[in-house]
Amino acid sequence: MAANTQAVCNSFKVELLDGIHALGATVIRAGTTKDTFYGALYLVNQSYGAGTTAYNSTGEVSSANYVAGGAAITNATAPTLDGSTAIWTPSASLAWINVTFASFDCLLVYNSTQGNKAVGVYTFGAQSITAGNFTLTMPANAAATALLQLA
Amino acid sequence: MLITTIYKTPDNPEGLMEESLYIKKEGIVDNENEHTTWVEYWNGNVLVHRSAHVTLKPLKTKPELGKIN
Repeated sequence: MAANTQAVCNSFKVELLDGIHALGATVIRAGTTKDTFYGALYLVNQSYGAGTTAYNSTGEVSSANYVAGGAAITNATAPTLDGSTAIWTPSASLAWINVTFASFDCLLVYNSTQGNKAVGVYTFGAQSITAGNFTLTMPANAAATALLQLA
Repeated sequence: MLITTIYKTPDNPEGLMEESLYIKKEGIVDNENEHTTWVEYWNGNVLVHRSAHVTLKPLKTKPELGKIN
Protein backbone atom coordinates (compact mmCIF):
# COMPACT_ATOMS: atom_id res chain seq x y z
CA MET A 1 0.00 0.00 0.00
CA ALA A 2 1.31 3.43 -0.87
CA ALA A 3 2.23 5.78 1.96
CA ASN A 4 3.33 9.38 2.32
CA THR A 5 6.89 9.94 3.49
CA GLN A 6 8.64 13.00 4.86
CA ALA A 7 11.55 14.07 2.70
CA VAL A 8 13.45 16.92 1.17
CA CYS A 9 12.50 16.40 -2.46
CA ASN A 10 15.27 15.14 -4.66
CA SER A 11 14.34 17.56 -7.43
CA PHE A 12 14.66 20.46 -4.96
CA LYS A 13 18.23 19.48 -4.14
CA VAL A 14 19.30 19.72 -7.77
CA GLU A 15 17.28 22.88 -8.28
CA LEU A 16 19.11 24.50 -5.36
CA LEU A 17 22.36 23.88 -7.20
CA ASP A 18 20.78 25.27 -10.35
CA GLY A 19 19.65 28.46 -8.58
CA ILE A 20 15.94 27.84 -9.19
CA HIS A 21 14.62 28.42 -5.66
CA ALA A 22 15.07 31.61 -3.61
CA LEU A 23 13.83 31.11 -0.05
CA GLY A 24 15.39 34.44 0.87
CA ALA A 25 16.12 37.64 -1.01
CA THR A 26 18.00 36.82 -4.16
CA VAL A 27 19.82 38.63 -6.92
CA ILE A 28 18.66 39.86 -10.30
CA ARG A 29 20.33 37.55 -12.71
CA ALA A 30 21.44 38.81 -16.08
CA GLY A 31 20.29 35.66 -17.85
CA THR A 32 19.88 31.95 -17.53
CA THR A 33 23.50 31.03 -18.05
CA LYS A 34 25.44 29.31 -15.32
CA ASP A 35 27.87 31.25 -13.17
CA THR A 36 31.66 31.14 -13.41
CA PHE A 37 33.59 29.52 -10.61
CA TYR A 38 37.24 29.77 -9.61
CA GLY A 39 39.58 27.84 -7.37
CA ALA A 40 42.22 29.61 -5.26
CA LEU A 41 44.97 28.09 -3.13
CA TYR A 42 45.87 29.20 0.39
CA LEU A 43 48.90 28.89 2.60
CA VAL A 44 48.79 26.85 5.79
CA ASN A 45 47.76 28.48 9.07
CA GLN A 46 45.03 30.66 7.58
CA SER A 47 41.41 30.66 8.74
CA TYR A 48 39.43 29.58 5.70
CA GLY A 49 36.58 27.18 6.41
CA ALA A 50 32.85 27.06 7.09
CA GLY A 51 32.83 30.74 8.06
CA THR A 52 34.33 31.90 4.78
CA THR A 53 31.86 33.97 2.79
CA ALA A 54 33.88 35.14 -0.22
CA TYR A 55 37.24 35.02 -1.94
CA ASN A 56 39.97 36.93 -0.14
CA SER A 57 43.54 37.38 -1.24
CA THR A 58 44.85 37.22 2.33
CA GLY A 59 47.07 34.19 2.72
CA GLU A 60 46.79 33.16 -0.91
CA VAL A 61 49.77 31.45 -2.48
CA SER A 62 51.92 33.50 -4.83
CA SER A 63 54.30 32.52 -7.57
CA ALA A 64 55.21 33.21 -11.13
CA ASN A 65 52.59 31.47 -13.28
CA TYR A 66 49.94 31.81 -10.55
CA VAL A 67 47.43 34.63 -10.92
CA ALA A 68 45.82 36.00 -7.75
CA GLY A 69 42.32 34.62 -7.57
CA GLY A 70 43.38 31.24 -8.82
CA ALA A 71 42.15 29.44 -11.89
CA ALA A 72 38.79 29.18 -13.61
CA ILE A 73 36.98 25.93 -12.97
CA THR A 74 35.76 23.98 -15.97
CA ASN A 75 32.07 23.43 -15.43
CA ALA A 76 30.74 21.40 -18.32
CA THR A 77 28.59 19.01 -16.30
CA ALA A 78 25.37 20.36 -14.80
CA PRO A 79 24.24 19.36 -11.32
CA THR A 80 22.32 16.10 -11.36
CA LEU A 81 20.89 13.39 -9.15
CA ASP A 82 22.58 10.13 -8.34
CA GLY A 83 19.99 8.20 -6.40
CA SER A 84 18.68 10.73 -3.87
CA THR A 85 21.88 12.79 -3.76
CA ALA A 86 22.30 15.96 -5.80
CA ILE A 87 25.86 16.14 -7.06
CA TRP A 88 28.23 18.47 -8.86
CA THR A 89 31.89 18.14 -9.75
CA PRO A 90 34.12 20.32 -11.93
CA SER A 91 34.66 18.60 -15.23
CA ALA A 92 38.42 19.08 -15.43
CA SER A 93 41.42 19.20 -13.15
CA LEU A 94 43.03 22.41 -11.95
CA ALA A 95 46.72 22.66 -12.74
CA TRP A 96 49.48 25.16 -12.18
CA ILE A 97 52.65 24.61 -14.17
CA ASN A 98 56.17 25.71 -13.28
CA VAL A 99 55.35 27.30 -9.94
CA THR A 100 56.99 27.60 -6.55
CA PHE A 101 54.55 27.64 -3.64
CA ALA A 102 55.34 27.87 0.06
CA SER A 103 53.47 25.40 2.25
CA PHE A 104 49.77 25.40 1.41
CA ASP A 105 46.86 23.12 2.25
CA CYS A 106 43.60 24.56 1.04
CA LEU A 107 41.47 25.20 -2.06
CA LEU A 108 38.62 27.71 -1.99
CA VAL A 109 35.97 27.27 -4.67
CA TYR A 110 34.09 30.52 -5.24
CA ASN A 111 31.60 32.12 -7.58
CA SER A 112 33.19 34.97 -9.51
CA THR A 113 29.91 35.86 -11.17
CA GLN A 114 28.19 36.51 -7.83
CA GLY A 115 30.66 38.78 -6.08
CA ASN A 116 33.20 36.02 -5.46
CA LYS A 117 30.90 34.35 -2.93
CA ALA A 118 32.36 31.21 -1.39
CA VAL A 119 31.16 27.71 -2.26
CA GLY A 120 33.45 25.33 -0.43
CA VAL A 121 36.82 24.97 1.24
CA TYR A 122 38.72 21.78 0.55
CA THR A 123 41.74 20.94 2.65
CA PHE A 124 44.52 18.46 2.10
CA GLY A 125 47.86 17.69 3.67
CA ALA A 126 50.30 20.58 3.49
CA GLN A 127 52.21 20.67 0.22
CA SER A 128 54.94 22.84 -1.17
CA ILE A 129 56.02 23.09 -4.78
CA THR A 130 59.53 23.89 -5.96
CA ALA A 131 59.98 24.71 -9.64
CA GLY A 132 57.33 22.12 -10.38
CA ASN A 133 53.69 21.44 -11.09
CA PHE A 134 50.65 21.25 -8.88
CA THR A 135 47.58 19.40 -10.09
CA LEU A 136 44.22 19.05 -8.38
CA THR A 137 42.29 16.17 -9.85
CA MET A 138 38.56 16.11 -9.31
CA PRO A 139 36.84 12.98 -8.02
CA ALA A 140 34.30 10.98 -10.00
CA ASN A 141 30.95 12.73 -10.30
CA ALA A 142 28.85 10.20 -8.38
CA ALA A 143 26.91 10.12 -5.12
CA ALA A 144 29.74 8.67 -3.08
CA THR A 145 32.50 10.75 -4.58
CA ALA A 146 31.27 14.01 -6.17
CA LEU A 147 32.97 17.18 -5.02
CA LEU A 148 29.72 18.80 -3.87
CA GLN A 149 26.83 16.71 -2.57
CA LEU A 150 23.39 17.39 -1.13
CA ALA A 151 22.47 14.01 0.27
CA MET B 1 67.73 9.98 -18.67
CA LEU B 2 66.80 13.62 -19.15
CA ILE B 3 63.73 14.84 -17.35
CA THR B 4 62.12 17.61 -19.35
CA THR B 5 59.58 18.79 -16.77
CA ILE B 6 62.15 20.24 -14.38
CA TYR B 7 62.09 24.00 -14.66
CA LYS B 8 64.92 26.45 -14.45
CA THR B 9 66.02 27.42 -10.96
CA PRO B 10 69.22 28.88 -9.54
CA ASP B 11 70.25 25.32 -8.76
CA ASN B 12 69.25 24.03 -12.15
CA PRO B 13 69.87 26.80 -14.68
CA GLU B 14 69.50 24.59 -17.73
CA GLY B 15 65.97 23.49 -16.89
CA LEU B 16 66.82 19.89 -17.69
CA MET B 17 68.20 17.21 -15.43
CA GLU B 18 70.03 13.95 -15.72
CA GLU B 19 67.88 11.98 -13.29
CA SER B 20 70.67 9.69 -12.14
CA LEU B 21 72.59 12.68 -10.78
CA TYR B 22 69.86 13.54 -8.32
CA ILE B 23 68.22 11.83 -5.39
CA LYS B 24 64.58 11.11 -6.16
CA LYS B 25 61.99 10.84 -3.39
CA GLU B 26 58.33 9.95 -3.86
CA GLY B 27 55.38 9.67 -1.53
CA ILE B 28 51.67 8.94 -1.31
CA VAL B 29 49.07 10.27 1.12
CA ASP B 30 45.58 8.79 1.22
CA ASN B 31 42.99 9.80 3.80
CA GLU B 32 39.38 11.01 4.00
CA ASN B 33 40.22 14.36 2.39
CA GLU B 34 42.65 13.50 -0.38
CA HIS B 35 44.74 11.10 -2.38
CA THR B 36 48.08 12.74 -3.03
CA THR B 37 51.27 11.75 -4.77
CA TRP B 38 54.44 13.82 -4.76
CA VAL B 39 57.93 13.65 -6.19
CA GLU B 40 61.10 15.47 -5.17
CA TYR B 41 64.58 15.74 -6.71
CA TRP B 42 67.47 16.63 -4.44
CA ASN B 43 70.94 17.83 -5.35
CA GLY B 44 72.75 16.96 -2.15
CA ASN B 45 70.87 18.91 0.50
CA VAL B 46 69.23 21.24 -2.03
CA LEU B 47 65.68 20.57 -3.19
CA VAL B 48 65.63 21.46 -6.90
CA HIS B 49 62.19 20.20 -7.81
CA ARG B 50 58.99 19.23 -6.04
CA SER B 51 55.68 18.50 -7.72
CA ALA B 52 52.44 17.24 -6.20
CA HIS B 53 49.20 15.79 -7.52
CA VAL B 54 46.16 15.93 -5.23
CA THR B 55 42.85 14.20 -5.90
CA LEU B 56 40.16 15.81 -3.79
CA LYS B 57 37.44 13.97 -1.92
CA PRO B 58 33.87 15.22 -1.41
CA LEU B 59 32.09 17.61 0.88
CA LYS B 60 28.71 16.21 1.96
CA THR B 61 25.81 18.38 3.03
CA LYS B 62 22.57 16.85 4.17
CA PRO B 63 19.44 19.02 4.10
CA GLU B 64 17.20 18.27 7.07
CA LEU B 65 13.49 18.78 7.51
CA GLY B 66 12.07 20.51 10.57
CA LYS B 67 8.94 19.34 12.34
CA ILE B 68 5.47 20.63 11.61
CA ASN B 69 3.96 21.22 15.03
